Amino acid sequence: MTITEKILAAHSGKPEAVPGELINARVDLILANDITAPIAIEEFKKIGAKDVFDRERVVFVPDHFAPQKDIKAAEQCRMLKEFSREHRLSLYFEVGRMGVEHALLPEQGLVVPGDLVIGADSHTCTYGALGAFATGVGSTDVAAAMATGECWFKVPESMKFIYYGTRNKWVGGKDLILHTIGDIGVDGALYRAMEFDGEAIRNLPMYGRLTMCNMAIEAGGKSGIVVPDAVTEAYARGRAKRPYTSYGSDPDARYVEIREYDCATIPLTVSCPHLPSNTKPAAELADVAIDQVVVGSCTNGRLEDLREAAAVIRGKKVNPNVRMIVIPATQQIYRDAMKEGLLEIFIDAEAVVSTPTCGPCLGGYMGILAKGEKALATTNRNFIGRMGHPGSEVYLSNPAVAAASAVLGRIAVPEEVCEE
Amino acid sequence: MILKGRVWRFGDDVDTDAIIPARYLNTHDPAELAKHVMEDADKEFPNKVRTGDFLVAGKNFGCGSSREHAPIAIKAAGIHAVIAKSFARIFYRNSFNIGLPIFESSEASEKIREGDMIEIDAGSGVIRDLTRGEDYRVEAIPPFMQELIAAGGLIGWTKKKLH
Repeated sequence: MTITEKILAAHSGKPEAVPGELINARVDLILANDITAPIAIEEFKKIGAKDVFDRERVVFVPDHFAPQKDIKAAEQCRMLKEFSREHRLSLYFEVGRMGVEHALLPEQGLVVPGDLVIGADSHTCTYGALGAFATGVGSTDVAAAMATGECWFKVPESMKFIYYGTRNKWVGGKDLILHTIGDIGVDGALYRAMEFDGEAIRNLPMYGRLTMCNMAIEAGGKSGIVVPDAVTEAYARGRAKRPYTSYGSDPDARYVEIREYDCATIPLTVSCPHLPSNTKPAAELADVAIDQVVVGSCTNGRLEDLREAAAVIRGKKVNPNVRMIVIPATQQIYRDAMKEGLLEIFIDAEAVVSTPTCGPCLGGYMGILAKGEKALATTNRNFIGRMGHPGSEVYLSNPAVAAASAVLGRIAVPEEVCEE
Repeated sequence: MILKGRVWRFGDDVDTDAIIPARYLNTHDPAELAKHVMEDADKEFPNKVRTGDFLVAGKNFGCGSSREHAPIAIKAAGIHAVIAKSFARIFYRNSFNIGLPIFESSEASEKIREGDMIEIDAGSGVIRDLTRGEDYRVEAIPPFMQELIAAGGLIGWTKKKLH
């Protein structure tokens, strides 16, 4: 069996889980945010259950339009707060304690290896980086699971992605996953579990793995996953809030498809409008002038991401034609970035630093594009109208490319602004 | 169940931001969401669509976010059903969970044209293009999904299970 099949089998009390089979599985953690929880709360009430199945396993994070951006958003956030209070949820994260959900949960040790996690947010697949099965579902699925502690799944076929060799300078998890999506397309892994493996993954730090699994959904994947190793263990140790199990894939595990990549041939990669699969080497896009740069999100708003951007922009200024918005993904990242002097580097460069929020990533607020404007962002989607006006454009990249582009006012690679 | 109505066509990879842009997600009121359905794919669509119409699209319909607001907006706009070559998986789940009929059919997705009048017999799994006088087969709905439909969606199904 693959790691995915083993986790699903273990959570459905069966010796094995076979791709295509429908199972009812126990969930370890359920997540919803200020966009998706309001519907989940209303649907939960319709079920007529007295209480949630476990008040310590339902997580509500107001992060999308929080800090509350307008009256309607405030009303939605209030629903989360009131429900959490009424049901004494121990994992409600108020502004000041919250962060972008998929950065927050791993950081706080709330998701652990071997978990089965569902979230009413498509980027829930992020947690596969820890060797968990995690997938995005809708609000009604969350409502039902809040009542029963269970969820139905079709056991997915697994697809293996093997990365060989050494990554080129500045190339990170973001480039690997954008390159892969460019290769297989936005439905290239539809309904499937994407298992990332190979020496380059073993050498990839946890933040890069989180970035890769985060974007599995952008290839249509049900989940992304990395078999736990020493990197996982080092990350989970001292952080995990629950005991955990590390599963692996058997040597005779079945994959519907295996794809291999030589990292030496993977360049700094940018997704051009209007699909994540529309990838090009960053170096070929030097004629694309930009109006805005965003560094942040559940994809690339972690401390190491900010370090990469800061290393590029240190001592330089954001181009006069560009506004640069840096959004540390959680309060802890914000504090650590402050202590390390990263925030000072960004402010000296004349970028703005925001409180944690999903904000501009989904066109909510804190950096919306006007008609005809172009942004380069370290976020995950570049659909039409994603960051603002339907006539605006979003390009996706890693944090170092974003910082270099902010300096030059056009899409650029770090070598163009860094002497070293 | 036989559904009959007029067709609006869309292409491949219609994403949830096109179905209901995130700028409107500060509410979850179905009627409000319906006012903006498919707006970023076709600005005039919310004014043109009528109760009983159908959407016919290419592959991977509903890709992107998990927002249930997407099938809710379609349903609240009065659209009978969505026919596509394939659906993104969260959208697929969400549609059955909330009771928006969706049908997979490569043939129908390729051949039906905008403005055609069609009729779907969910029981026999046939889409009849009345304008063209052609019949297309839809993929069979898996038994568990039929169970969900019969229970009126996931909430009804869960209620039955619990009580």
